Amino acid sequence: MKDFFVVAIAVMIFVIIFQIAKASEYVSVLKGEEKSAKQNNKINGFMLIGFLVFGLIGAWYCNHLYYGKTLFVQGSASVEGEEIDNMLFITIAVTGFIFVITQVLLFWFAFKYQRNDNRKAFFFPHNTKLELIWTTIPAIVLTVLVVFGLKHWFLITSDAPQDAVVVEITGHQFAWEMRYPGKDNVLGKIDYKLYNMPSGNNVAVDFADPASHDDIHVSANMHLPVGRPVKLVIHAQDVIHDVGLVHFRLKMDAVPGIPTTMWFTPKYTTEEMKVRTGNPNFVYEISCDQICGQGHFSMRGTIVVESEAEYRKWLAEQKPEYFTLFPDMDPEKMNHAKDTTKPVTIAQVMPVTH
Amino acid sequence: MSTVITSQENAAVASYDLHHEHHHHETFISKYVFSMDHKTIAKQFLITGIIWAIIGGFFSVIFRLQLGYPESTFPWLEDILGHWAAGGKLRPEFYYALVTMHGTVLVFFVLTAGLSGTFANFLIPLQIGARDMASPLLNMMSYWFFFLASVIMMSSLFVQTGPASGGWTIYPPLSALGDASLGSKIGMDLWLVSMAMFIVSSLLGGLNYITTILNMRTKGMSMTRMPLTIWALFFTAVLGVLSFPVLLSGAILLLFDRNLGTSFFLSDIIVAGKILPNEGGSAILFQHLFWFLGHPEVYIILLPAMGMASEILSVNSRKPIFGYMAMVGSLFAITILAFLVWAHHMFVTGLNPFLGSVFVLLTLLIAVPSAIKVFNWLTTLWRGNIRFTPGMLFAIGFVSLFISGGLTGIFLGNSALDIHLHDTYFVIAHFHIVMGVASFFGMFAGVYHWFPKMFGKYLNNTLAYIHFWVTIVGAYLIFWPMHYEGLAGMPRRYYDFANWESFKMFGGLNEFISVVSMIVFAAQLLFVFNFFYSIFKGRKVTSQNPWEANTLEWTTPVRPGHGNWVGEIPEVHRWAYDYGKDGRDFIPQNVPIGEDETTH
Repeated sequence: MKDFFVVAIAVMIFVIIFQIAKASEYVSVLKGEEKSAKQNNKINGFMLIGFLVFGLIGAWYCNHLYYGKTLFVQGSASVEGEEIDNMLFITIAVTGFIFVITQVLLFWFAFKYQRNDNRKAFFFPHNTKLELIWTTIPAIVLTVLVVFGLKHWFLITSDAPQDAVVVEITGHQFAWEMRYPGKDNVLGKIDYKLYNMPSGNNVAVDFADPASHDDIHVSANMHLPVGRPVKLVIHAQDVIHDVGLVHFRLKMDAVPGIPTTMWFTPKYTTEEMKVRTGNPNFVYEISCDQICGQGHFSMRGTIVVESEAEYRKWLAEQKPEYFTLFPDMDPEKMNHAKDTTKPVTIAQVMPVTH
Repeated sequence: MSTVITSQENAAVASYDLHHEHHHHETFISKYVFSMDHKTIAKQFLITGIIWAIIGGFFSVIFRLQLGYPESTFPWLEDILGHWAAGGKLRPEFYYALVTMHGTVLVFFVLTAGLSGTFANFLIPLQIGARDMASPLLNMMSYWFFFLASVIMMSSLFVQTGPASGGWTIYPPLSALGDASLGSKIGMDLWLVSMAMFIVSSLLGGLNYITTILNMRTKGMSMTRMPLTIWALFFTAVLGVLSFPVLLSGAILLLFDRNLGTSFFLSDIIVAGKILPNEGGSAILFQHLFWFLGHPEVYIILLPAMGMASEILSVNSRKPIFGYMAMVGSLFAITILAFLVWAHHMFVTGLNPFLGSVFVLLTLLIAVPSAIKVFNWLTTLWRGNIRFTPGMLFAIGFVSLFISGGLTGIFLGNSALDIHLHDTYFVIAHFHIVMGVASFFGMFAGVYHWFPKMFGKYLNNTLAYIHFWVTIVGAYLIFWPMHYEGLAGMPRRYYDFANWESFKMFGGLNEFISVVSMIVFAAQLLFVFNFFYSIFKGRKVTSQNPWEANTLEWTTPVRPGHGNWVGEIPEVHRWAYDYGKDGRDFIPQNVPIGEDETTH
């Protein structure tokens, strides 16, 4: 019944608008089209200038309302992101200036030079000097923006520092897997053909590579130390995903078959961010920023940024995946075993698929 | 000029037709269905485009409902959509299908076919002084391939697994693997086949437009005397002819990957627990092929709107367009640059940083010709004598939106900023304003301006003014706030933000945007009603040149027949923009240069 009324009211409004429109057409015929055209012109002229004034006030009001939600207040949580914030500010200032000038001119000219029978339009087909001016000025402004932009771009896309903490992150529908290289600081090789969900090897690690034996595998929640560069090695298993780190101002696609990397330096621990944002529930989130299927919006990961000591403690508590998947090899359980690294038993657990 | 003369003219056209084409008997089928008259084909494109626009717009209303009210249920949705909205709540699979189809339909079917198809067909012969297109047959086939593409795309909405749902950019592997998504099953094949048909349509049309403009201009109509609409449509056609084939190749390779077991875009994939044998392909390769069309596509959509806005601004300011040669030059510069910037859509794919920097430079170069155009439009208004016809208001709105959306392009083209803003609502706001709404404004301006020539009737002015004001205010209310969401990093293509600590603070704003989008959609229905009502019941056009314009289409009879002019095609003696010259309000292009006339 409620739906019916909504539809009925909508139809009523349509009919009323139509009747008014039709009536005004008859009125304009009676009054003389010339006269009603002039009247329409006046009304629309005022509306254009009104639109400009209310529009600019509205834009200011929007700034006032949403500035606090745009992340600028809390600042970038990574050292590299600070430069991006600075550039955003500069670009907003430059484009904002051009925006106001051009919109004011547009609506002001429209209002000021509206039809007036006492005035004739000014025949002004071209002026080379003017055209050169507004070719050159944008070119100079843009050159400045490009130079600053590329400086930051090359910094952000440069190779990560040697001492960076390396974490591998793998996207699949619709979750993230993280892998830490362990004590040897080398990630074991992965080969997608070794993927074996039933056995638990869902990152497709090649356990024949001894470097993999101390690697730590965690799902969904990444731990990082504060103040040290972090290098992410990014993989995808099925479709393209994207590691979006909104607080660090970074993102990078995860592409099947083409590993990518990105690096940054976290500035604040999660606890510090809770204070900075005034939000006790604050958490660094990893969002998938490339459409990847029906669960795209739920592909959420989190990051805990903590002090170096906390990070080390957490890392020490994690058990290498190799020992989870092959308990026989775990030195804690079988400390008498001599050939713990021998990959003989792998074939029994994981049928080789290639 | 009175109605009596008009009907005499129409009679004259009829006798002209009889005299010159007595072998050609027009039946309903040949006149309205398989017509080879460019004006009828233009109307076919326009009406098909309008139907698609209603459908595509309705899709957006449905998914805005989900975004605005993620926790509510709407039982009537189930009545319309069946199991896709079981319990009155849109399913995520179908949300993504709607988002995908909204993009596909509006980008290709409405703003490419509906815009270029309509106005290139309608205006090129009329404004350059030709009786029809170079090949009326190809022209007719162009429409019917578009129709076929429409039918196939429409049918994909009704298959069991639903239409394509990987986004309008259909990046593989998501679009290549049926196991990755319901929409990547048969719906995706239909999407690709439909696009192949669409590309054929676009190529047939484009070749025809280029040939007609180059070869069939009337006596005296040198290239530099052409109205800017024709220049814009010319460059649009060049863009389409050179870039659409690349998408066709991408679509065909993707069809191979999907159905024939090839690995052009696939490598190292595990999907639904299965290890695929495909190796050696590159998912990124597809993005290069897609955006090599995809970026020029933006200008295919935008240039006709620019051309029509230039023409309408000049006519209604009663002033020549300022800097005609600079306007042509900037269109040309945009056309060239449009081919050299595609990878700015791919800054975060792991692109080589040096390559990225080249694309930054080329992308931001586009701002220069764009700035020239904006300042020239502003100067055209300066010291004019402006009449606010509905077409003029939409042209002014176009300039305003082009400025707003163009400026945010400076953020996104700068790769360092794009890292943060990529795939957020900032991008949505940017491209909807600059190529979506702005091009729609150009299209509306064109429809309001040339409707009298198309149908011999006027649209209702009051409805037109309501349409304009609701649309421009609504467009800004919808898309302006999205910039803030984007700056906060809120990702696009999310079905629900409830579980995200970082993004859930925009719930109220999303609801506001959804409400406004429904109002704006209703205003478009008002336009559609006005359009169809006025075709039949609109006020009759009694004057041959109602806007007092200079271009040749206004020298034809009020309702031109097949062949456009009765008797000889007029000869052109001047450019199209002699408004306010030597104290005369306007001097049509077919008026010879007077002896004492000043040259400019």
